[in-house]
Amino acid sequence: MTTEFILFAIVALTAISAAAAMLLSRNAVYSALFLILNFLAVAVFYLTLGAPFIALAQITVYAGAIMILFLFVIMLLGAEKLKELDPVKWQRPAAIIITLLLAAEGTYAAFGKLDKTLVTKPFTGTLADPVSIGTVLFDKYALPFEITSVILLVAVIGAVVLSKAEKKEGEK
Amino acid sequence: MNGVPLVYFIGLAVILFSLGAAGVLIRKNALVVFMSLELMFNAANLLFITFANHYQSLDGQILVIFVLATAAAEVAVGLALMVAIFKSKRSIDVDQMNSLKG
Repeated sequence: MTTEFILFAIVALTAISAAAAMLLSRNAVYSALFLILNFLAVAVFYLTLGAPFIALAQITVYAGAIMILFLFVIMLLGAEKLKELDPVKWQRPAAIIITLLLAAEGTYAAFGKLDKTLVTKPFTGTLADPVSIGTVLFDKYALPFEITSVILLVAVIGAVVLSKAEKKEGEK
Repeated sequence: MNGVPLVYFIGLAVILFSLGAAGVLIRKNALVVFMSLELMFNAANLLFITFANHYQSLDGQILVIFVLATAAAEVAVGLALMVAIFKSKRSIDVDQMNSLKG
């Protein structure tokens, strides 16, 4: 029982219970807050795995921007609680069975084939500071980076068009 | 976190991904379904970082940056769609979204 293992166990338990709580909360606002807790726990893993830049990007982009957008929309629509109608009776058991199958498949893939003696090690290669990440990003991955900018542009245009079209119909 | 077996991280990612998939299948609130999608993205990112650590290479970390950007774009369009659907249907229950015509 090393310190690393105890830290891993605590953070992993936090991540899993936050994800489960997100799944089970009746109120969508609580779901969003639990998901933020899960993102923070995963960011701790990134830090310890030698990815400090990604960890902080995760906190600012996911917990800071995306989840705030979620909370904003939930409160704007007043969609905290839905009447949980159940038109398809077998949906929940079927979903649980499918999920268990998926988990079993993933567990088999992870624990069946992989060498179990492999351990994580301190990140010694190129240090993952912003300078080396930027160098790789703009050198080796320059084309995907440009394509990402096009994706973001399309998303912005899509969001504008989607919210504009509704307004026009309302005016007619 | 040196010396923690790699399989623990993979197992954690499997659990998080399965919980996200369960959320997509079980929940009726479309916004919570969206959040479950984000949870699955997150599990995939954790695997990328784990193997970036294993191979001592930055490529996995760069891929996570692309996943972050794509997820941001997806959320922007998705939430705009949610608002548009809510305007026409007055609900974001996924069971109500059963007709193509608004």
